[in-house]
Amino acid sequence: MSNRKNYGMIIDTRVCVGCSACVYACKSENAVPEGFCRDWVVQETSGSFPALSMENRSERCQHCDNAPCVTYCPTGASHYDEYGTVQINRSRCTGCKACMAACPYDARYVHPEGFIDKCTLCRHRLEKGLETACVSICPTRSLNLVDFNNMTPDSRALTSGKEVYRQKEHAGTEPRLFWISARNKPGA
Amino acid sequence: MKYGQNMSRRDFIRISSLFLAGAAAMPVIPAGILSGMGSRPEGKTDGKIVYSFCEHCFWRCGIAVHVSDGKVTKITGSEHHPLSNGRLCPRGAGGTGLLYDPDRLAHPLVRETRGGRQQYRKASWDEAVTIVAEKLYKIHGEYGPGAIAMLHHGFGVSFFKKMLSEIGVNKIAKPSYDLCCGPARQASVLTYGYPSDTPEGFDIMNSKYMIFFGTHFGENMHNTAVQEISEAIRRGAKIAVFDPRYSTLAGKAEHWLPIKPATDIAMMQALMHVLISENIYDKPFVDQYTVGFGELWDSVREMTPEKAAEITDVPAEAIRTVAREYAFHAPAAFVHSGRRTNWYGDALQRIRAIHILNALVGNFRMPGGVVAFQKFPLPQPPAAHEHPAYEKEAYSKYPFFPQDEPSNTIASHEIVQQAIAGEIKALLIYGVNLPETMTLGRQAALDALQKLDFSVAVDVLPSEVTGYVDVVLPECTYLERYDDLDNGRAFRTPFVALRQPAVKPMFETKPGSEIARMITDKWGLHGVFAPTVEAGLDKKLKLAGSSLEEIKKKGVLVMPATDLYRKPGEPLNLKTPSGKVELASAQLKAGGFDAVPKYMPHPEAPRDYYRMLTGRKPMLTFGRTANNRFLGDLASARENEVWVNTAVASKHSLTNGEYVHLKNQAGVVSEFPVKVKVTERIRQDAVYMVHGFGHSSKQLTWAYKRGASHNQLISRTDIDPAMGAVGFQNNFVTFVKEA
Repeated sequence: MSNRKNYGMIIDTRVCVGCSACVYACKSENAVPEGFCRDWVVQETSGSFPALSMENRSERCQHCDNAPCVTYCPTGASHYDEYGTVQINRSRCTGCKACMAACPYDARYVHPEGFIDKCTLCRHRLEKGLETACVSICPTRSLNLVDFNNMTPDSRALTSGKEVYRQKEHAGTEPRLFWISARNKPGA
Repeated sequence: MKYGQNMSRRDFIRISSLFLAGAAAMPVIPAGILSGMGSRPEGKTDGKIVYSFCEHCFWRCGIAVHVSDGKVTKITGSEHHPLSNGRLCPRGAGGTGLLYDPDRLAHPLVRETRGGRQQYRKASWDEAVTIVAEKLYKIHGEYGPGAIAMLHHGFGVSFFKKMLSEIGVNKIAKPSYDLCCGPARQASVLTYGYPSDTPEGFDIMNSKYMIFFGTHFGENMHNTAVQEISEAIRRGAKIAVFDPRYSTLAGKAEHWLPIKPATDIAMMQALMHVLISENIYDKPFVDQYTVGFGELWDSVREMTPEKAAEITDVPAEAIRTVAREYAFHAPAAFVHSGRRTNWYGDALQRIRAIHILNALVGNFRMPGGVVAFQKFPLPQPPAAHEHPAYEKEAYSKYPFFPQDEPSNTIASHEIVQQAIAGEIKALLIYGVNLPETMTLGRQAALDALQKLDFSVAVDVLPSEVTGYVDVVLPECTYLERYDDLDNGRAFRTPFVALRQPAVKPMFETKPGSEIARMITDKWGLHGVFAPTVEAGLDKKLKLAGSSLEEIKKKGVLVMPATDLYRKPGEPLNLKTPSGKVELASAQLKAGGFDAVPKYMPHPEAPRDYYRMLTGRKPMLTFGRTANNRFLGDLASARENEVWVNTAVASKHSLTNGEYVHLKNQAGVVSEFPVKVKVTERIRQDAVYMVHGFGHSSKQLTWAYKRGASHNQLISRTDIDPAMGAVGFQNNFVTFVKEA
């Protein structure tokens, strides 16, 4: 057990249907303004008829261990917190967008009130011992909240024996979102 | 408005925005949810929780409604309710978008003619209800109860059913039955002797092999089914999907078989052929528990995989593979009966074929197979009031339309046709947006609405139908009212659920329970309903050993799980004529129909036309959500697209993202253009568009002119001669480029 937390997610794309419940749950929970979202769904189809394959993914800030947004933020608004997540201090944010240019995952947007906004991994819920809004609504249980410093047997079992990847690992960001590939065979 | 030109008697009225919620709705919207100024500090959404159930689709999941300062801030899945299991689909989460819709109906409205022009004027509830009570009473007296009918969609209708039953009116139809679940229900009755219900009777979670024909879980977010399919996938289940389109579910499948549309029964016969000819069916089960095997074999003997391959465009070897894998995994394997089942007017036989495929592998009441969920046994209080017997002749003319459901006595298209013929003089329309409902297409709906002597709509939004009636009664939403108890759902753990208000009714809206009571009071029929809706609910619950106070806490009473599986050698005692599973149906034969399903060819597309297939988006339920700004906020929800295969797009010089009009085989051109989605995910002989877009009512300020209406392009319907369901996939469209 580690005292320091390092929250992130393991996302099972085998079961995700791209319904977007996660997006609406987040919008309600966090009062995300109309026209914007902190998480989003990607449906990716490849191949040609009839040899097609598909992956559905719910994406958001990857709460990187080595986050370019934190590195490049000139005011220290973007920072790591004690949950191992990346947060934005709104009162320090000048809306300069350096973080948006630095983020390889396009996870941020300019809030109509002038600051930069993104997924907080529902820090206010983590504080209360709750799962994030998106994890708790997900009908397929594709989304799993994990403390990577204190992996439970259940969270270890999620990935064991399966093809798992992270996005843009070459960028050196050490993202904390892990994806169980839709390419896994049934029962993997 | 093109279709408005031929109207003589009842002009379409654009409800003045003065009579809608408008700005009055805005100040009560929680800051940031819709206003675009989301500065509310995070974490303030967890106020009081009210447990209720959802009304965004027929599934009726349990919801936890979070209320702060008298406002609903968010809706999550109820952890107590067996159908939501703590989880919720996007539509359920989007209830705030309906509750705080600025287009909501706010006042009772009455049609009047002033200066030669028809318009609505605001009326008091007493005046509006008096008009409805008087008109219905007069038509009842003049023409009898058979001249009055109701079309309904939504759980709140129970009070209006009771109201009409008091004057002997039982011409009651729900269009959803004819388009969606009806054939599956009746096929189950004919094969097993009991109706399949919601959730459909399949042990999805424990299945190892699931075959789906054209139904697309994941795009239709039937919460519990989607949860169980996900669990089955995690446990290693394999999926085979027959669908002309690469649906989201096909994306999860081991085998996607892009079947030629309208040939499904041939495919099912070929699967039966392989099971029987290779002797991999469950012979002991078939011998002991079924009748009609000989007749079945005779009917599929000729349907070899090779013959089926020519008809269905699926290779013979793939057909054999699926049949063998299915038999290998049986009895923990099934073919799902699907939802929105009526496609070509032969759905009863197609779903019968599905149940025969299930029976052949002996999966009946086996883990991972077909199961019979149970309902919560809720005793009904004795009738408080004597009322006239139903007029039996009001029942549907279709022999296998259900005879045992007082809420659904006749097909919706029969009501539309009887209205056009002048037999029905008065129509109560509860939550059905008739011009955009796939009953007989838009034109027939408008013809029917024109012919009526009197019509009244009970609705929440100014949907198209509210422009064509004489009186509009604004109901409050499901988040602002009590309704009847829900014990209509059979599931693993039988339950009864409560709908209760999370907030007070807004504007001048009223709950259906009150509206129906006001009308019966005007008729002088006092005491039809309990003194208050709460008292009525409490009385019912006390009969079941509970109380309103108790059920309010969790919104649901849940029984322990029932035993779903049969024991070896256990007699089935089915309520079919033979007491067994009927592979060949003696009832169908006696009615003059095929006892076993037979493939019959359907019309083919004219040259350069494509079969129009339809479905839905996971965050939308057609009319219920069309104007929901909260749900419509995502780019994927804003409009429908027409899916066109890459080769077809190239032939018609269509580029991805361009807008075209669609024209059907009867020459009807879509009122609005629709965006082209060029994709590999569909066959070259079909196009696909989501239903429920292209609204023409300007009062639906969000939905107006978004995408194209699928309903407008239905000119041909195929009615199932046995049970009366309506198929509409024999419509074909081509592309009209914008000038």
